[in-house]
Amino acid sequence: MGDIIELASRYRDEGADELVFYDITASPDGRTVDRSWVNKVASVLDIPFCVAGGIRNLSDAEIILNLGADKISVNTPALERPGLINELAKRFGTQCVVVGIDSTSEQNNYIVYQYTGNPNLSRSSKRNTKSWVKEVQERGAGEIVLNCMNQDGVKNGYDLSQLNDIRKICQVPLIASGGAGSMDHFNEVFSYARVDGALAATVFHTSQIGIPELKQYLLKMGIPIRPPAS
Amino acid sequence: MNNATVIIATGGANLSSLKFALGRLGVNACITENPQKIKNANHVILPGVGSASDAMGRLSKAGLVDTIRSLTQPVLGICLGLQLLFTHSDENNASCLGIIPGRAARFLENPDLPVPQMGWNSLTGLKDIPLLEGVKDGDYAYFIHSYALPVDEYTCASAVYGFPFSAVIQYKNFLATQFHPERSSHIGSLILKNFLNS
Repeated sequence: MGDIIELASRYRDEGADELVFYDITASPDGRTVDRSWVNKVASVLDIPFCVAGGIRNLSDAEIILNLGADKISVNTPALERPGLINELAKRFGTQCVVVGIDSTSEQNNYIVYQYTGNPNLSRSSKRNTKSWVKEVQERGAGEIVLNCMNQDGVKNGYDLSQLNDIRKICQVPLIASGGAGSMDHFNEVFSYARVDGALAATVFHTSQIGIPELKQYLLKMGIPIRPPAS
Repeated sequence: MNNATVIIATGGANLSSLKFALGRLGVNACITENPQKIKNANHVILPGVGSASDAMGRLSKAGLVDTIRSLTQPVLGICLGLQLLFTHSDENNASCLGIIPGRAARFLENPDLPVPQMGWNSLTGLKDIPLLEGVKDGDYAYFIHSYALPVDEYTCASAVYGFPFSAVIQYKNFLATQFHPERSSHIGSLILKNFLNS
């Protein structure tokens, strides 16, 4: 708890544009989690933030939004019951509803994975990523976070070709996830895949990349972004 | 001082981030739909999420339409709250409060510009008004909206999303931002502070 607030405050001060809090173990365990930390995070943040993990119904989402989160992100529960996206969008507005998609590139095809929070349960959902991207937009997703699993954790850069393919069929904001290892990777993903945002965890948590330096670099490369706090 | 700053309860809207932002400035704002409390406040904030017609329906049900129109203290509309101050919104063809002449129109669909606009955008064409003291041309603010007001004589700052639109407006004692100051980092905090000092 103390760590979450400390980290959130640090990223706020360094000039992060948005924060996402993942409880990636929530879905496979089938458990309800204590959400009181959301309110504490809301009290220190003056930038938007999103909560992901274990949101299965309107009441889960309502609790989180009422505690001060700006958006909620659904992944596995939406694959199990796609109507959840419609319900969330109707009740809270599409701007609140982020759909997270874990996707792998297999033989010129993109496949959606589910239960990715637990390596023992993680498996193909048999869904094609492109058709799922189209479907979630029709159902009311206001934003899509595409986590390209082939790249995740390997720091070799974002999956530019997959992101570029998905960009062509994605009319809502598209956030790239998985693979960031250097400042150049961020420049590439904005320049070549035309994503609206780039998400990263490890390189920021370990301070391998500092947000102020990254933003200065991207501005120098001509990417239009909010400058770091001076 | 109990009623110094009030946030008008527009129903269903999540107001905790706004209340926290004011709290960080040392102001304990009261969230209310009580007409008397709103009339007596030194500063009134009109937030809003959802659709213009729903929000107008709720204000009307709470008997607040005339109350808001007749306020003479500083009022700050935020996001949908800005649009509600005008005559009309194209969203479900809603009649709004009609304090300022103008009509909110939907952003045009464009493959490169997703609607709603959801993210950081820079402010331009800033006028020298107390609300924007310390804010510079090119400073970024956080927007979430599908409808916007065109730039007109009441516009004090604009932003561009396909076309230029009003990001900050001022009309008599009515001020408003299309962006969310409570989610716009230190620039947003500065604007809220300027409002509370007005």
